[in-house]
Amino acid sequence: MKDSNNRRNFMVTSLQSIGLATLGGALWSGYSDGVKASPLVLRPPGALREEDFLKACIKCGLCAEACRNRDTNIDKETGEPRDSTLKMAKGGDSILIGTPYFIPTEVPCFMCDDIPCVPVCPSGALDMKSLLNDKEEMDINKSRMGLAVVHKESCIAFWGIQCDACYRACPLLDVAITLEYQKNDRTGKHAFLLPVVQDSACTGCGLCEQACVTEKPAIFVLPNDIAKGKAGDHYVKGWDAKDQERVKDAKEINTKDERSEKSPTDYLNMEVEY
Amino acid sequence: MKSIKYLLLRRITQISILVLYIGANVYGWNILTGTFGASMLFGIIPLADPYNVLQVFATGFVLATDVLIGALIITLFYFVIGGRAFCSWVCPINMVTDFANWLRRKLNLDKEEVNYRFLKRSARYWIMIVGILVSAVVGVSAFELVSPITIMQRGVIFGFGMGWALIVGILLFDLFGVKNGWCGHLCPLGATYSIIGAKSIIRVKHDHEACTNCMNCKVVCPENQVLSMINKESISVTSGECTNCGRCIDVCDDDALGFNIRDFKTGGK
Repeated sequence: MKDSNNRRNFMVTSLQSIGLATLGGALWSGYSDGVKASPLVLRPPGALREEDFLKACIKCGLCAEACRNRDTNIDKETGEPRDSTLKMAKGGDSILIGTPYFIPTEVPCFMCDDIPCVPVCPSGALDMKSLLNDKEEMDINKSRMGLAVVHKESCIAFWGIQCDACYRACPLLDVAITLEYQKNDRTGKHAFLLPVVQDSACTGCGLCEQACVTEKPAIFVLPNDIAKGKAGDHYVKGWDAKDQERVKDAKEINTKDERSEKSPTDYLNMEVEY
Repeated sequence: MKSIKYLLLRRITQISILVLYIGANVYGWNILTGTFGASMLFGIIPLADPYNVLQVFATGFVLATDVLIGALIITLFYFVIGGRAFCSWVCPINMVTDFANWLRRKLNLDKEEVNYRFLKRSARYWIMIVGILVSAVVGVSAFELVSPITIMQRGVIFGFGMGWALIVGILLFDLFGVKNGWCGHLCPLGATYSIIGAKSIIRVKHDHEACTNCMNCKVVCPENQVLSMINKESISVTSGECTNCGRCIDVCDDDALGFNIRDFKTGGK
């Protein structure tokens, strides 16, 4: 009798524990999934793609410490280190807690030649290999922290006012931001000097965003996943021999569905349904 | 005889370690850099939190060797000296929960023994396992999002933000809620270290002949279930849940407790 009671108690306790563990686990998962979703954040140079970075980052702060204590960060007047580019996310920052990030308008990335933040990463969340150039040397210009984007309507250069603050601030002068000359038809005798960001060269350091003179920067860095579109594999540049290679072995595909039954005129005359 | 020797030594150790970490960020000292997640000792010896590494492992990410070696070093270290020595000699939350315990004794909040049906000391092992499962499902180290240990540590090194609220929460929970609620019931890192240090070499040994059954040790012990042999047998504390904090040795009037090397011939007793 006592034995079966014990067994019953054991079963009940076990089931209760499992139930509580499941409930707790579900709540915990929900919370974790929620705080993970903070896509508007810029990571240090060499960071893996955000999804992998969040897995890999062990939240040790070695990159932020290396950033703060780099030789070039010493204020020449006071001899003290200045605020570092890399910050560690705190509670209430709406960035996954304990991960490194930077805000260009506060302190942009100064793109140190020796890249102190990356080699100290012990977990592999900051990947040295992604920064190697053709000579197998670490090259900060290889980093892709984000992409600068220009909002034409608030950029005063697009109004016709002479401003090249971002162009001058860019560490890859005339490479990552170029100036496009256009005639100003309004005055008839002046030129527009329009800043154009080159995706192939922009590292996302944010020096342009910090330099921008407008009240809220008209040029700003967005994470790559947000700033960039994707044409998809089915668009092929027929004029580009290398891109054309992709469809060398392609076979013709005939898609037949409901719409193929109708004539193209039907389709063109059809009203758009919302 | 009554003393505060180990208490003092522990506070000195805990605070010195924090100071070294703070100095690493503020002044660029190269003694102990990083945080408990992963650190560098003298710029060459990697150290890493084994539970954190397990969680990253669960997310499916293959960590770089530095962290793996670091976790191995820490595991071996605590395997020898007693896993939960981390809890009482290193962890900054220990200062918070010890303060809560001290207040509880001063305010006489311990008078009533409350039995929490669902909050057993074994809960931490469940939380440890669930933490690893959640990490695998969500793809991010789950305990690191809520860990008051690293939140407090990063707080003092890099600034707290809203993180202080969690630390106050732990204090209030331990003070008015469950006695030893966080460290003794919930903390999955403590659970990990309990397992790592289950067979550790340094142990507290009890001398039954000298004991006068005053129970000072049981009052002050944060894991007093491990002191089941008091006034019964002259054996060592064998449970990995003992934090090797040495408070029982400090408060013993009779020299009936002391650190000792585990005697492996008698099955660890």
